[in-house]
Amino acid sequence: MEVWNGKEGKKSGKKNLQLHVMMLPTILFLIVFSYVPMVGIIIAFQKFNPAKGLFGKNKWIGLENFRYIFSLPNTRQVVVNTLILSVSKIVIGTLLAITVALLLNECRNRILKKSVQTIIYFPYFISWIILAGMIGDMLSPSSGILNQLITALGGKPIYFLGDNRYFRTTLIVSDLWKTFGYNSVIYLAAITGIDSSLYEAAAIDGAGRWKQILYVTLPGMSMIIILMSVLNMGNILNAGFDQVYNLYSPGVYESGDIIDTMVYRMGIEQGQLAPSAAVGLLKSVVSLLLIAGSYYIADKKFDYKIF
Amino acid sequence: MKKAEEQELRFVQSASQKTGQAVISILLVLTGMLCFVPFWYIVCQSFSSNEAISAGKVGLLPVEFQLDSYLYVLKRAPFWKAAWITVLRVAVGLPLGMFLMVTAAYPLSKGKRFPGRDFYVWFIFFTMLFHGGLIPTYLVVRELGMLNTVWGMILPCAVNVFNMLLVLSFFRQLPVELEESASLDGAGHWRILWSIFLPVSKPVLATVALFTLVQHWNSWFDGMIYMKADRYPLQTYLRSIIISFNFSNLTPLEQMQLSNFNENALKSAQMVIGTIPILLVYPFLQRYFVSGITLGSVKG
Repeated sequence: MEVWNGKEGKKSGKKNLQLHVMMLPTILFLIVFSYVPMVGIIIAFQKFNPAKGLFGKNKWIGLENFRYIFSLPNTRQVVVNTLILSVSKIVIGTLLAITVALLLNECRNRILKKSVQTIIYFPYFISWIILAGMIGDMLSPSSGILNQLITALGGKPIYFLGDNRYFRTTLIVSDLWKTFGYNSVIYLAAITGIDSSLYEAAAIDGAGRWKQILYVTLPGMSMIIILMSVLNMGNILNAGFDQVYNLYSPGVYESGDIIDTMVYRMGIEQGQLAPSAAVGLLKSVVSLLLIAGSYYIADKKFDYKIF
Repeated sequence: MKKAEEQELRFVQSASQKTGQAVISILLVLTGMLCFVPFWYIVCQSFSSNEAISAGKVGLLPVEFQLDSYLYVLKRAPFWKAAWITVLRVAVGLPLGMFLMVTAAYPLSKGKRFPGRDFYVWFIFFTMLFHGGLIPTYLVVRELGMLNTVWGMILPCAVNVFNMLLVLSFFRQLPVELEESASLDGAGHWRILWSIFLPVSKPVLATVALFTLVQHWNSWFDGMIYMKADRYPLQTYLRSIIISFNFSNLTPLEQMQLSNFNENALKSAQMVIGTIPILLVYPFLQRYFVSGITLGSVKG
């Protein structure tokens, strides 16, 4: 420690300069691509003319853009869709991942355990483009394998991606399919960290496997489960742009349009940059509160520090 | 008598354990298949004839085996152009991303010994809390003249805070002595980082490198909004052929009629080729990623 201050203060000052220099590239990148856009969000309060540029002399119109977006008939539905999709994905996803992690942990066949573990998080690393292609193909009402199965069993083909009654479920299930493997690996790692003497003690007390799961494994995982749930809170307004955008179509906007897809269509496709930025700003502000809140809880209750 | 009872009990228990294990095995096999079969199905389609696919004859084995779709893709210039743009993007984006990650993680790992740390931590942390959002970011990229250039897809996402945090927590648990001895020998921070920290951090570096690679390979959205159609990266290009052929906004009847001249096998072949790089890095990804993500999420 002495090396760092005291007598060699001068030297350590020079050395600290090196550390500041090291930080510089990252800081510059963040300024240009994170902080400048943060300031650029002021266009939400302007009548924005793209020709004048981001910090040009645009006319200030106060909350006009916000009034406009709330006057749109679909806004309410879009927020509802976002919340339904994200909450279902988080809640069911957590339960599913924990279940699979427990199954993997209880499996005594090492080869099976290893190979299943290997396969299940493969979808996580595949882009939604490829997956959307696959899903569209498998769920197609005319030639999709699933509908062939349904018709073979005497049912009527279901238009999973085009029917508002099924679209949300399709989104939730396909998202679970993509992510459960990855998440269960996280939970499995938490299980692996449980002190094995606890199991021995439980076994001596006569606890069978079920009781051991109930009284040793689950309590041992509870920290990470709660922590992950808290951190997921910050994602409540992210219902999965990549997925929804690649699977939806105008016919299912009613059940599947989310905040992010709305921002995209409004801003990039229709060129209504300022109102779209206003939606983005609202989302960012609510997310800020949620994320800050969740990190605060994680820090105070679970001593989880991200840095 | 007692012994017999005990034995019986043990037998019952092991029998129920056996059933338990059997049930678990079956469930796990089903789970595994659930994740594997859809991909396999696409692979089979890519080797089957269009007629067989349209007729719904392709199941879990190719029907009327052919390699034409692959041969056709290999000759397709737009596919290769898109793949080239993606390769370019990875070739520049990966080293840049790694450089930024490492150079930011190193000073921050010093804790209190680096006086500016708190400021930088907050500076970085705030970007995780608040975003300008899509539109202002798009406008910044536009005003920097980076539309329709590879830079527009590389620079805005060059700093990945989550990956940086993985590196940071790894650096932090390295013994302080490692650095102190080098420091006494007069080595500066760049030297210490390069010749002491990096060599011992291979697992975490491999993890974040693979994450970055996959991230760049899979990105499609920035390609779509920043690039013109003839300069799309691979995933964006794939999107333009896969999703717009999706017919998802047509009625089932229209779909049926159109499916007579669909290009299903070709689509599948391009999807398979687009997945191959992920498949290639997957064994490595797997080797490191469990330790990598648990390090980040549970924090070691």
